[in-house]
Amino acid sequence: MDKVVKTLREAIQLAGVKDGSRISFHHHLRNGDYVLNMVMDEIASMGYKDISVNASSLFDCHLPLADHIRSGVVTELITDYMSGGIGAQISEGILEKPVQFRTHGGRPADIIKGVTPIDVAFIAAPTADTMGNMTGKIGKSACGSLGYAFADAMCAKKVVVITDNLVPHPLAMRSIDETYVDYVVAVDAIGNPAGIVSGTTKITRDPVGLVMAQTAANVIQASGLLKDGFSFQTGAGGATLAAAQFLKGIMLKEGIKGSFGCGGITGYMVDMLNEGCFQSLIDVQCFDLKAVESIRTNPNHTEVSAMHYASPDAKSAAVDSLDVVLLGATEIDTDFNVNVHTNSSGKIMGGSGGHSDTAAGAKLAMIIAPLSRARLPIVTDHVFCKSTPGSTIDVLVTQKGVAVNPARPELAARLKEGGIKVVDIFELKEAAEKLCGMPKPLVKGDRVLADIIYRDGTLLDRIYNVR
Amino acid sequence: MSTLKKASCGTMESSDAYMELEPIAAGVQIDLQSVVEHQFGDSIRALAADMLQQEGIDNVSLRIVDRGALECTLRARLETLIARAREAGGANA
Repeated sequence: MDKVVKTLREAIQLAGVKDGSRISFHHHLRNGDYVLNMVMDEIASMGYKDISVNASSLFDCHLPLADHIRSGVVTELITDYMSGGIGAQISEGILEKPVQFRTHGGRPADIIKGVTPIDVAFIAAPTADTMGNMTGKIGKSACGSLGYAFADAMCAKKVVVITDNLVPHPLAMRSIDETYVDYVVAVDAIGNPAGIVSGTTKITRDPVGLVMAQTAANVIQASGLLKDGFSFQTGAGGATLAAAQFLKGIMLKEGIKGSFGCGGITGYMVDMLNEGCFQSLIDVQCFDLKAVESIRTNPNHTEVSAMHYASPDAKSAAVDSLDVVLLGATEIDTDFNVNVHTNSSGKIMGGSGGHSDTAAGAKLAMIIAPLSRARLPIVTDHVFCKSTPGSTIDVLVTQKGVAVNPARPELAARLKEGGIKVVDIFELKEAAEKLCGMPKPLVKGDRVLADIIYRDGTLLDRIYNVR
Repeated sequence: MSTLKKASCGTMESSDAYMELEPIAAGVQIDLQSVVEHQFGDSIRALAADMLQQEGIDNVSLRIVDRGALECTLRARLETLIARAREAGGANA
């Protein structure tokens, strides 16, 4: 049996891609990914049309996809996140069908349930053997975890592995194994290593960011959750990383031994593991080289599938055991609903990722955001679109105080006891408006650009064009 | 009334604005590019027109590249711009 196919074109033919096919990609190579463009260019040159692309996330390196949309090669997009460059194109209305936004937990759940079936999964693998056993931990394009690719590999009718480090069978350090793989293609490069770690954010030095970060760490301490067994996830934003640094200081000083750190993993979380703040890291995606190095060498730094990370259909997922998650927001309204899909001008520039999954799972879901960004208040009457329901958000941390969801009076009381400045969210809105002036509200058009599908499969909101 | 010369001030940093002022034959032209055009464009143009009028300045072209500056920042930048335009005029007249 030989799974190795000489060219990508041949693999596309053998896998049976045709007009209307539903194909999928993972985003572990982030903004350095070559594979999605490589496959789409080949499919376009073969003359296929009406392709549905299900990608766990899309970055600006995938801008050629916009041309494939304009030419009718791609007519449907299913994703969990898209960055601003490609989001701007979608916001211009180049795609007739609304984009289907899911969450990192909802995506694999819907693939497994057959809501979003995949005909062919194209899986970029930094190392693969000739039978398709693969890993992201080694190779010149190493990206660490391959967490988001598991559901695709398990459920797609055909699986094509694309690697730039083809090794003899059997690859001992495998994450997804050969039992799922139909074809293996070797190419010169699956990605640009500089872009693969482009998500890395340095800890903020902005004084406002540092005030918020310190406040967030104080809130965690005052919440009563910071004790032995503590579990934690943080995003890779500058202020949330700074909060993790302050939290690490508290944990080391008080000798608190946490259980696990979770999510997209950065070098800062690796430091917390190595310094004894956590027993293990549960890693669905590596954000930087330090995380890649750690997952390769440290047995306590473990790779998990997107299902294990966040699926609402899993018998249990890591997010269900989370104590605290620190998240960002482009807007939050007075009902604590959060928008992470568009900027304040209504242009698509993001997506849920694991935002609403972790908010739903964690005992304490915290948003860190400044009162305003570039003259636009962050706290509003109504978010432009709802990415994460306010019922799952507990606390908003700003530089002017902390607002607690009124549904959590006991938490507000505990924070006040702990010396935290707790304020009404309406006060924060007023403070922001006083600083910025009253912005002229956006008027929604009648064109639906995207559906926001909540992790349980229900339609949470829709993103409309701006008139 | 002092002569005005071409002047500029500000930066392209987020939450700041970059501005240029230049004398022209007749009238006041305000050219605004703003990241918050939809939300604050009209009020920024009105602010600039008001300040120029208060300072008795006409016959200028004003270009503003706004990166989401607060109103107080815009006022301060405009004040500096006008002072520089007058200084330049005085020094080189």
